[in-house]
Amino acid sequence: MAERAQPLGAAGAVGIAAAAAIPLLILLATVAIIRVAEPGSGLTQADWAAIRFTLWQAFLSATFSVTLAVPVARALARRRFPGRGALVTLLGAPFLLPVIVAIFGLLAVFGRGGLVNSGLGMLGLPQISIYGLHGVVLAHVFFNLPLATRLILQGWQDIPSERFRLAASLGMDAGAVNRHLEWPMLRQVMPGAALVIFVICTMSFAVALTLGGGPRATTVELAIYQALRFEFDLDRAAFLSLIQLAITVFLALLAYRVLRHPGFAPGLDRPLMRWDGRTPALRLLDGILILFAALFLLVPIASAVVRGLPEVLGLPQAVWVSALRSLCVAGASTVLVVALSVVMALAATRLRSQGSWIETAGLTALAASPLVLGTGLFVLIHPLANPESLALPVTALVNAFVTLPFALRSLVPACRTIESEYGRLADTLGLQGWVRFRLVVLPRLRRPLGFSAGLAAALSMGDLGVIALFADPDTATLPLQVYRLMGAYRMDEAGGAAVLLLALSFGVFWMLDRGARRADA
Amino acid sequence: MLTLDRIAFRREDFVLHANGSVNGPGIVAVIGPSGGGKSTLMSLIAGFELPDEGRVRWNGTDLTELAPGERPVAVLFQDNNLFPHLDAATNVALGVSPCARPLPAARRSAEEALEAVGLDGMGARMPGELSGGQQSRVALARALLTDRPLVLMDEAFSALGPALRLEMLTLVTSLLADKTVLMVTHDPEDARRVARQTIFVEDGEIRPAEDTGDLFANPHGALARYLA
Repeated sequence: MAERAQPLGAAGAVGIAAAAAIPLLILLATVAIIRVAEPGSGLTQADWAAIRFTLWQAFLSATFSVTLAVPVARALARRRFPGRGALVTLLGAPFLLPVIVAIFGLLAVFGRGGLVNSGLGMLGLPQISIYGLHGVVLAHVFFNLPLATRLILQGWQDIPSERFRLAASLGMDAGAVNRHLEWPMLRQVMPGAALVIFVICTMSFAVALTLGGGPRATTVELAIYQALRFEFDLDRAAFLSLIQLAITVFLALLAYRVLRHPGFAPGLDRPLMRWDGRTPALRLLDGILILFAALFLLVPIASAVVRGLPEVLGLPQAVWVSALRSLCVAGASTVLVVALSVVMALAATRLRSQGSWIETAGLTALAASPLVLGTGLFVLIHPLANPESLALPVTALVNAFVTLPFALRSLVPACRTIESEYGRLADTLGLQGWVRFRLVVLPRLRRPLGFSAGLAAALSMGDLGVIALFADPDTATLPLQVYRLMGAYRMDEAGGAAVLLLALSFGVFWMLDRGARRADA
Repeated sequence: MLTLDRIAFRREDFVLHANGSVNGPGIVAVIGPSGGGKSTLMSLIAGFELPDEGRVRWNGTDLTELAPGERPVAVLFQDNNLFPHLDAATNVALGVSPCARPLPAARRSAEEALEAVGLDGMGARMPGELSGGQQSRVALARALLTDRPLVLMDEAFSALGPALRLEMLTLVTSLLADKTVLMVTHDPEDARRVARQTIFVEDGEIRPAEDTGDLFANPHGALARYLA
């Protein structure tokens, strides 16, 4: 049509190339896996057990997370109290929390000699063990109860406040409000939330690595890791990767259709004025629920900090070196995410309605779970070079792929808004190319870009996945170092390293996110 | 002289035809019902849209293939005339030098242009700290500084109250006296006040520019219906 053809520009061209390269790399890794995969005599009994365990623990984790999240979200939706905003923000924190730190905290609370077992011991009750199915589920609920709560709370906020006013003017009690307003919303939101958590739990390698294991608690991903690291059986690792790939692709496609809210949508700190549920009993119930949720989140983290903080300064040099290594990996990963997401967002903006495939291309990186992608890269690299020598670059790359969809989800709409609001003004002023980017786009993109960069840095900092596949004893990142110290029962040092990791993860996020906001002001 | 030489522009089921010319300098109002093609006409002249047929010329030079920034055209939009992250003087200086920290000379001329629109010493203010009227003045200052002979105003002051709007129109009349100004407005009163000539646009048909006084004294069929 007669619309002026938008010049694509160098950045746009690079963006298209990047968007095309990502699915291509995934495809390449998949082909490599398929070529190596050795089905042998088909699925062994152990394989079936791994598949069953993967799905069963994910099912239990999703069910518990969502079921428990409903009353907590309802309590948060209808109560106002000081610190509510902080608590809602805190619910977003597990996303940034390095898994291994949370595991350390959960062990301090629920592990042998932990708070719970000490209490049980004093009462003369039998001890509980955190290892195996219930440990894996417990850790997954720890991570995903907050996510589910945020997703469901979002559903509550999306109910127009006029309806609550109408309900109040009709004199509805809590039960009637539930039937007419809340239950229809929950029926829409809960399946999506459960599905997302189910998908996350089928791919959560670090939890299975630390709390699972053995014939009765091995996930497919853990089996891949064991085949690659301990049995040096590349064929089998590749075969298991195909199984995992089939599971994730199927579920990811399903989730992509169902998921609407990314889970950290803004506006959650705006409480609704509510008129129902004002009876003392309900207030007490909500108070207890909120307290329980806050304690469930805070106590493990606090225990990890209390346990580890005194040890930080005395940490051995190897830990500090691995911290430096992690910072380098996180830095590289962040630069990659920022560069890729910016050029891809610019390309998507320039292509207008034809640009939606670019975001989808970014999502394909997530469809293959990081561990499967890592296995594919391992298979690709193996004939050419020693994979261990490329452990850090590969980790940075795979970490970047994990964050990229989140970055694109905020940058693409932001770029489009900038173009629609200021594109014509920039055109008439003759601002093109680098000058336009530097003068118009970058300043207005700073906030979402800072947030995305912070996310990329924190997630990469805390990642315990691909690195475990590739690393030799000398190239551990900080999370892997914590894991190894825990494995060696050097709990004091592990605690110190965990606190260091926690501080660095949230530190880099805060620095990048806040830095961008400050520059914006 | 702006010439629209047998322009045809089609978009889905909307068709716009324009043929004729506008002689400068002076203010020419563009009025007509919404959806009739006023803004599309502006976009074609500014270069945001390309005609399917015909040429846009300025004093005989063909502009049709030129990018918006290369045309002798300055534009005042209804909103988003200023980059909110740049101060007023920088926004004005963008009219002559595209950089975030304008050279001292450009900054000085920007301050002078701000003075001309009555914003002495406001150069360091951010757009968010200015009122709507002041923001319009900053945009006007940039149009002054750019010194492009053709100025398009697409409902530029429609968000302002009546008194402020009149003030801005008066300012435009005195400051842009040597420019050809095409002013889209939804208020025929604006045209009567300041426009030498008026163009009536309806259903994608661009009527030739006519003397504003004559036009309003003897409105023809479609215009009479619009004004009624």
